[in-house]
Amino acid sequence: MTDSTPLARFWSEFRTNKVAVCALFVVIAIVLIALAAPLIAPQNPYDLGTLVLMDARRPPGFVGTKGFTHWLGTDAQGRDLLSAILYGLRISIQIGIIAGGIAFALGVTLGTFAAYFGGRIEALIMRIIDLQLSFPAILLALVLAALLGQGKGPLIAALVTAQYAYFARTAHGAASSERSKEYVEAALSTPLAPTRVVFRHILPNCLPPLIVVATVQIANSIALEATLSFLGLGLPVSEPSLGMLISNGFQYMLSGRYWISIYPGVALIILIVAINLVGDQIRDQLNPRLRR
Amino acid sequence: MLGFMIQRLLQALVVMLVISALVFVGVYAVGNPIDVLISPDATQQIREAAIKAYGLDQPLWKQYIDFLGRLIQGDFGRSFLYNMPVLDLIGSRIPATLELTLVAVLGATLLGVPLGMYAGYRPDSIASRLIMTLSIFGFSVPTFWIGLVLIFTFAVQLGWLPAGNRGETATLFGVEWSFLTANGWKHMLLPALNLSLFKFAMMVRLARAGTREIMLTDTVRFARAAGESEFTILRRHVLRLISIPIVTVFGLEFGSTMAFAVVTETIFSWPGVGKLIIDSISSLDRPVMVAYLMLVAFFFIVINLLVDLSYAALDPRLRTRRAA
Amino acid sequence: MIPLLEVTDLATHFATRNGALKAVDGVSFSIAEGEIIGLVGESGSGKSVTGFSILGLIDPPGRIVGGSVKLKGRELVGLSARELRAIRGREIAMVFQDPSATLNPVLTIGTQMRLALEAHGSVSESEARARSAEVLERVGIPDAARRLDAHPHQFSGGMRQRVAIAIALLNRPKLIICDEPTTALDVSIQAQILTEMRDLAREFGTAMIWISHDLATVSSIASRLLVMYAGRIIEEGPVANVLRQPQHPYTAGLLASLPANAERGMDLVQIPGSTPSLFDLPPGCAFQPRCDRRSPACVVMPELTSGGLGRRRRCHHPLNGGSA
Repeated sequence: MTDSTPLARFWSEFRTNKVAVCALFVVIAIVLIALAAPLIAPQNPYDLGTLVLMDARRPPGFVGTKGFTHWLGTDAQGRDLLSAILYGLRISIQIGIIAGGIAFALGVTLGTFAAYFGGRIEALIMRIIDLQLSFPAILLALVLAALLGQGKGPLIAALVTAQYAYFARTAHGAASSERSKEYVEAALSTPLAPTRVVFRHILPNCLPPLIVVATVQIANSIALEATLSFLGLGLPVSEPSLGMLISNGFQYMLSGRYWISIYPGVALIILIVAINLVGDQIRDQLNPRLRR
Repeated sequence: MLGFMIQRLLQALVVMLVISALVFVGVYAVGNPIDVLISPDATQQIREAAIKAYGLDQPLWKQYIDFLGRLIQGDFGRSFLYNMPVLDLIGSRIPATLELTLVAVLGATLLGVPLGMYAGYRPDSIASRLIMTLSIFGFSVPTFWIGLVLIFTFAVQLGWLPAGNRGETATLFGVEWSFLTANGWKHMLLPALNLSLFKFAMMVRLARAGTREIMLTDTVRFARAAGESEFTILRRHVLRLISIPIVTVFGLEFGSTMAFAVVTETIFSWPGVGKLIIDSISSLDRPVMVAYLMLVAFFFIVINLLVDLSYAALDPRLRTRRAA
Repeated sequence: MIPLLEVTDLATHFATRNGALKAVDGVSFSIAEGEIIGLVGESGSGKSVTGFSILGLIDPPGRIVGGSVKLKGRELVGLSARELRAIRGREIAMVFQDPSATLNPVLTIGTQMRLALEAHGSVSESEARARSAEVLERVGIPDAARRLDAHPHQFSGGMRQRVAIAIALLNRPKLIICDEPTTALDVSIQAQILTEMRDLAREFGTAMIWISHDLATVSSIASRLLVMYAGRIIEEGPVANVLRQPQHPYTAGLLASLPANAERGMDLVQIPGSTPSLFDLPPGCAFQPRCDRRSPACVVMPELTSGGLGRRRRCHHPLNGGSA
């Protein structure tokens, strides 16, 4: 009650949930590690010249021909798994944020403008979005990824297609309830440009639910990217993301070489769980119905 | 009620049309299908003959009309890969997916709803925190990775359960089912568990959120003031009130679980439609892709319709409003 | 003779981040069999919490921290959940403010009444229906037997509250706590329900605690009046007496602010200032900052002292001849 800004008040409540604070710390730490991957990774996993095939599929703790210890073992091409995971996290986070960001921008624009214009345009846009929402995202992404081919661009396009509708739905819901409030009517009756009304008045008030959706969707797009890569529809083999590392390790798992699949998976899960825990706390804090 | 049904059916028809157009453009117009249809070193004559034969020289709208006409006659074309009619191919794979999905979704609901209600009823207890942690993991951990871990643990390390395939099947209504044999159940257990985990997490969260909100309402206070036991309140009042969103999600998730079966079926080599679509995507078997997408769309529309109807059964307020 | 209900020094506090909120702080009163008392106060004065405390229906973070509630000499504070449940609805029932929030929207009236009956012993389906219909008839619902299969939304607001009252009467309790049961209704229906409730209470020999913020409503049904302010009773006495000669300045202020008591053409009288926050109570008498009779003595909490003719008040400087 004594804190001045809404952000400070938000943080002081957030702080009371120890698990969420730890999760936030983990997210930040993983992002920093991923950013610094080229500096701290013992090997550049994309530089095929540094890979030694003799070192392939070695268990954790193996000291390779290059003289350093592979703490998490090596994969089928002799890549140091720790390095591959660090670089993989980098790709996963990058794709998650880019896809999430584009989906956010696209969805929010569509949703708010639908709410703003109303009438036929609104009905048309929202029907399409509802239709898409009733369709499983993974299938859309699957088909798109298959049709567009492999690579970062097609993958991001597939993820955006699978996700923008959630943002549009949320933004539309929040914006149309804002739209009907009197202060917006008042602002619209002034000679202010409509876009200004949307950006200055409607959008800021839709932010809280969108933030919640955004955290969940970033986690989702990371998971979806991994799933697509696992199914062989994601990134090319030369740039292994976490999903592809797991996929490559699958065949060796049956012979007991678990580490190739397990460790990248653990890294992936820690990241996604941490993001979701943070998102959960934000959601609980922003849900007015649970407030006493 | 009848007017409502007719209106919904018309809507469904329009939606199917739109989807067929999107699927057609998506699958046939992206890339050059003729490259896939015939070998690249075919002569120019063979090429042109093929283009004519497949109607690819026609304008796109004409091609689409022809495509629609064939669909209405139930002709989805032949699979390039299996060289058999697509409809027969998919039909032979559906039971496997259907039973896997049904077992997964039912299991997730029957287990997830009571646990979620408990977590919402006693949100601060240790058991509730445990349930919620479990659900966060179920939500976050990608299905495919769980599948790997399940295989590694139960099939490779412990050797308790098989790692793939349907196992023995028995025939019912002329269709092969795994759930009729003990060996089939053994094979189904791991994939069903894998597929249900995400739905389980979802049901837990849904039931918890609903219970938490309803426990604070005057309905519950009034029932308590009448001396009703906490168990009665949870079973008769709360469960009945949260059943509306749960049935919705059950229906919608049933569809998306069938779609998600793609991943599980790939990992466990479960010979359902999911495995089929992955195979056809990687080999660009376009007729199978088209038929599968249309089928899924059809499924979704039917499920949405059923969900709407069950709404009316569960929520008396809607029933009278529509009858009026 | 033992009174039906005797409340002594009842204290119910809510644990919050800013310390304990003393919603009810040392409330004492008693009710004889068949008596109707009115409990009046502004929102936040603790009148509803007093009602819920009697039934042990305080949800965490709230807790009864002291005092006693005796029903025919039997202590209720500290009873087990099971023992309390046997009393709720059977000995003491409760009616809430908004019937559309208290009745379960997805269950029929008949089901809800049967649940209330089953809470206190098993009854057969036909027996439950017969008893429910009989009570519904008594509260003025025509064609009761058929209406048992209707859902709450098929009743008007007034009828819905009658259903809630019927549920409260179902097990023939000795005492009904009515928490503003007419506030959510239309004015014309308020008076109707009020009269009917008074007649029913007389007929069934039921005692009532009528909780309301509306002095006029309460005085038309109750024979004795309790006025609460900031978690304490500040004045008590026979209705006619209190209305004619209020002894506490707060009661006098409330009476003066009633539109019916205003002189034509004059402004309505207001009590200056506003209700204090329970977190930030002034020292001594909680009303003292708003009171025009305050003196330095008021920083000491006055006792609830007798003012003659069955009257008590908590004031150092009482009005109307009650010398301190």
